[in-house]
Amino acid sequence: MIAKKRFAAPFIIWIIAGTVIPLASIAYYGFSSRDGGFTFSNITAMFQHDHMQALGLSLLLAVISTIICLLLAFPMAMVLRDSKYGKQGFLIFVIILPMWMNFLLRTMAWQVLLERQGVINGLLAAAGLPRQEMMNTPGAIVLGMVYDFLPFMILPIYNTVSKIDNHLIEAAYDLGASKAMTFARVVLPLSVPGIVSGITMVFIPALTTFVISNMLGGGKINLIGNIIEQEFTVNSNWYLGSGLSLVMMVFIIFSMVLLQKFDKTGGANLI
Amino acid sequence: MKKTLGRIYVLIILLFLYMPILTLIVLSFNDAKSMSVWTGFSLHWYQELFQSRLMMGAVVNTFSIAILAALIATVIGTMGVLGMAAMKQRQENVLMGLNNIPMLNADIVTGIALMLFFLMVRWPRGYMSILFAHTVFCIPYVILSVKPRLNKNTDKLFEAALDLGASERYAFRKIVLPELRPGIMSGFLLSFTMSVDDFIITYFTRGAGINTISTLIYSEVKIGIRPSLFALSTIVFVVALVVLITVNLRQSRQDRAAA
Repeated sequence: MIAKKRFAAPFIIWIIAGTVIPLASIAYYGFSSRDGGFTFSNITAMFQHDHMQALGLSLLLAVISTIICLLLAFPMAMVLRDSKYGKQGFLIFVIILPMWMNFLLRTMAWQVLLERQGVINGLLAAAGLPRQEMMNTPGAIVLGMVYDFLPFMILPIYNTVSKIDNHLIEAAYDLGASKAMTFARVVLPLSVPGIVSGITMVFIPALTTFVISNMLGGGKINLIGNIIEQEFTVNSNWYLGSGLSLVMMVFIIFSMVLLQKFDKTGGANLI
Repeated sequence: MKKTLGRIYVLIILLFLYMPILTLIVLSFNDAKSMSVWTGFSLHWYQELFQSRLMMGAVVNTFSIAILAALIATVIGTMGVLGMAAMKQRQENVLMGLNNIPMLNADIVTGIALMLFFLMVRWPRGYMSILFAHTVFCIPYVILSVKPRLNKNTDKLFEAALDLGASERYAFRKIVLPELRPGIMSGFLLSFTMSVDDFIITYFTRGAGINTISTLIYSEVKIGIRPSLFALSTIVFVVALVVLITVNLRQSRQDRAAA
């Protein structure tokens, strides 16, 4: 045997120190009050008006962004599947390339485009049209989310649709299925694992972001990520921050369970 | 007809993906600070970027952390894969489940969890805490890249080499390592990329006074966007382009050699 259990010792230490204890400490702080007693108040704090509003808006914007990404990505994945450039990797290459740019710089690019003194308004003014207020709106945040996360939706869907056997599609046609029928009964069901991976890859970062909302929302629009971040960095109230994170994690765990259910590759689609 | 529609669609998506980046590239050469008026070609934003001590320090931090984190994660992850192969299925499943957590979890949760950990064990936040945090989220990628490479055959070949008188170390180097090498390489590269690109986890695990490129960009954007950041974007884009082209060319040459 090459394998010896003791080789895994550093890995296990890293898992305990880097994953298990840190997550346990969120749970510990989340259920503790400042004086060290046990409390549910950090959890129930989510029901306060401001927090509920932020959570609701986060869920709404994350769902909208995920749906837009899905609607944009699926046709793209199908085109890539049929394209000879897709197989040679050129188109895939062009889609991966922006992911290699720091996502803060990509988000900043939209700030440059959308600002009152920005590029789009400059062009509008040059054309004699009135300037538009585009920054600091939920729309700007959705745009930023779609822009940042779209490749993460395209790639897993492409990975699954590119593996669909063409013979299956031809067989459906031979058996008299229409194009729409073939799509609904053959292509779509076979692409479910990719779609589910894509949805989790977009939904979780969109739900929990504080960067995009900070940069494109001008600090005026609070998502749940912003509230948690402020509790840790500005207010230094780790107890409340941890409690709110625990509630947010319910949604993350729900997406993970969904992913495990549909994606039998054990996360291999994610890399 | 269908083909034309497809092409137009791809074009629109590519325009959407690249227009913002191209805007930054053009503006990085603009003489004026304005984002909407072109006043002439200039390189002085590049000069400002390279003269910024803060930025150069952040560049050094970013890449040294990325290389170290990727190296450590690759060693620990590869050993982890070998170790798990000796375990019972149930033990392995538990470890793999835990292994996937940092990859699937939201970065903000991983970030604050590690921050709380550092506070609890009184580990001062700075270079080393960032490095540790980066190894934590890199190891899962190494495990997932290397694990599929280790199969039953590797074990049999290893045994055969031992029967033929090879030492364990020699057999490992000659049999196991070459089998695992592509997985190890891609695990290392993925880790490196993830580390360079990370902002959120670094943001929560760094201390005051230390910056990576990402955290520096974030604090500068908060004060107000300066065109030197456009110059930085251009450089990052060109570097990514060159690296990806090189990797792709190498890959296709290897594919052709294999075929």
